[in-house]
Amino acid sequence: MSNPVQSGGTVIIAQDRCKGCELCIPACPPRVLSMSTEKNALGYYFPELAEGCTGCTACHLVCPDYVFEVYRLLPPQPSQSQTSAVQ
Amino acid sequence: MNVAATVPPPNSVKRSPFGTKLLLSEDHPLCPGCGHPVALRVILEVLEELSLVGRSVGIFGHGCSAMMIGQMDVDLNLSLHGRAPATATGVKRMLPDRAVFTMQGDGDMVSEGLAEVLHTAARSEKITCFLLNNGVFGDTGGHMTAASVIGQRTKTDLTGRKAEEHGYPIPISKLVASLDGVSYVARASVHNAAGITQAKRFVRKAFEHQMQRTGFSLVEILTMCPTGWVSKTADGPAYMMETLGQQMGLGELKDSLAAG
Amino acid sequence: MARIFCDGSEAMARAAIASGLRFFAGYPMAPSSDLLEQLTGKLPRAGGVCVAAETEIEGVNMALGAAMTGNRAATGSTGQGVALMQETISECALHETPLVVFTVGRMQQDYFQSTRGGGWGDARTICMAPKDVPEAFELTQRVFHLADKYRMPAILLTDGMLARTQVSVDLTPLELEALPPKDWAVDGTGTGTGRSKTHWTWNEGKVNNPGPGPQKHWSNLAEKYAHVAQVEPRWEAIHTDDAEVLIVAFGTAAKFVEYVVGEMREEGHKVGLFRPITLWPFPEEALERAAATAKVVGVFELNAGQMIDDVKISVPNRRLVRAIGGISTDRSGLSIGDLLDAPVVRARIETLMTGVNA
Repeated sequence: MSNPVQSGGTVIIAQDRCKGCELCIPACPPRVLSMSTEKNALGYYFPELAEGCTGCTACHLVCPDYVFEVYRLLPPQPSQSQTSAVQ
Repeated sequence: MNVAATVPPPNSVKRSPFGTKLLLSEDHPLCPGCGHPVALRVILEVLEELSLVGRSVGIFGHGCSAMMIGQMDVDLNLSLHGRAPATATGVKRMLPDRAVFTMQGDGDMVSEGLAEVLHTAARSEKITCFLLNNGVFGDTGGHMTAASVIGQRTKTDLTGRKAEEHGYPIPISKLVASLDGVSYVARASVHNAAGITQAKRFVRKAFEHQMQRTGFSLVEILTMCPTGWVSKTADGPAYMMETLGQQMGLGELKDSLAAG
Repeated sequence: MARIFCDGSEAMARAAIASGLRFFAGYPMAPSSDLLEQLTGKLPRAGGVCVAAETEIEGVNMALGAAMTGNRAATGSTGQGVALMQETISECALHETPLVVFTVGRMQQDYFQSTRGGGWGDARTICMAPKDVPEAFELTQRVFHLADKYRMPAILLTDGMLARTQVSVDLTPLELEALPPKDWAVDGTGTGTGRSKTHWTWNEGKVNNPGPGPQKHWSNLAEKYAHVAQVEPRWEAIHTDDAEVLIVAFGTAAKFVEYVVGEMREEGHKVGLFRPITLWPFPEEALERAAATAKVVGVFELNAGQMIDDVKISVPNRRLVRAIGGISTDRSGLSIGDLLDAPVVRARIETLMTGVNA
């Protein structure tokens, strides 16, 4: 996984369940979903995530195949930074 | 480059599961781009949020609306085509403290079962009927129903429904809302995230009306059927809003609690 | 126990309530309306629910909904109304929901409908046909019991004459074996627990608890029906041990035949009556035994010939079987016609005997 910290959120994509309907593509407010060039086991193209996810859950809301599990990434905790500084 | 996570990331908050707790499995047989699974998930979420777990019974009609009965962790029975409101009446009269709902498509409710839903509404049964309306018999492959709107493509007329040939659609929600004894009627749509959020609000209110025993409630949810409409899946929401959405309109048609 | 003077409709209503009926939905149609009226008054007082359904189809589907929650439920109509309910009755048989149907027929004796039905698939329904009001009180209790015992629909087939005849009835309820709890009931308590249930004809269950699927489920049903057919036939055999002329009749018609057969026996004629009490399962073996000494078998039923098919299946030499009943109605099509009269029945039996002696 590349650096997720640049995004406010991320998603786990159950790509093997996707039926390739593409409803998530325009539903994504920051437009960070695009369809794959490879097909999944069912023979469908599936969405892939680019940097910039906000964790808003719009993809989850519109997806008929329950493909998205959405996470909001928390900013680094100040206490953790202090601990790091001490070390 | 795909940066999607493959495992729950550290230092994060889960904002949504794949499905919802009342789904036993996320795998289902409905077509790509179908609106039904979205509507069903919303209804299951509301059951859970209103603490109706352990005290709710669903009666499902015949058609695509019943394709996910095995996946739903809900006590339910199928009814015969169109008869779900009658069957649900029997359930509710025996178990008045349960949340009892029907799940029906427009072929089931508006074509085959028009008498059942109207009589049940007029009897003011304390149940909630859900209509997943895509304007076609999805299960048979997209044939015209009594709810197909003018101009809508169906397998029975690929050039679109014409009033002079096929007559006019039955606006079931409007009919039901006109009856005494009906407490809540609303029409929503799952065409986009905002529509889905509104649908969930309507579903929640309908169950609240039922549990307060104010009368019959109906929520019509417009759902995409790209297979039946012979459209691309990605074009489904737009086509739905140009046809069903535009001619029917979205919003609450009756809310006796608000009026009172 | 108390005896009361009441008609068949009231006797059936009282027996249903004594059996624990909780839900009834009916649609008025003569001569079944009296039963609906009886239950409209009596069932709510007994803590149950009686709904005046807008159609027969809605009535039977309401009853199905009530039955699936584990409560005893019933509907009723005349033959024409029960015709509308056939799809649901067969579906109840196929998804194993106990449902009782009261067919208070007009005078056509709907044997085909009650034993074969007009539904679909390998559906079977238990059917009992009382000969009079006291027996209707008894058999009403039995159909509720058997419906639950075997998880299948059960029909009580009567007619307008029985429903409207007033007699003295002993209201002592039957003592029937206790039945296991209805752990199959769908009552909402399973929702969200991982143990939720789905009831229906294909029996595919839930993904976490799969059912057997249609092939196995329907095969299981066929085995159940075979068992019921083996152990549940009921009949009454009167003077059949040495009968040379055997009459087969059911329901109200059998009551008339019973009188005539008794009268003729006193005069020395070797006449007997075989009366199926369960029309399904039909008492085939018992009839075969009863017909052992018969030179002719007359079937007296008030229709153009329906039960006669089962009689021909049961009697080894089907050439001995003759129809001696027939269509018998008044101009309205609702009430009894000329055939249901002891001298007429006797004349038909005597004609049959003439053929034998010649």
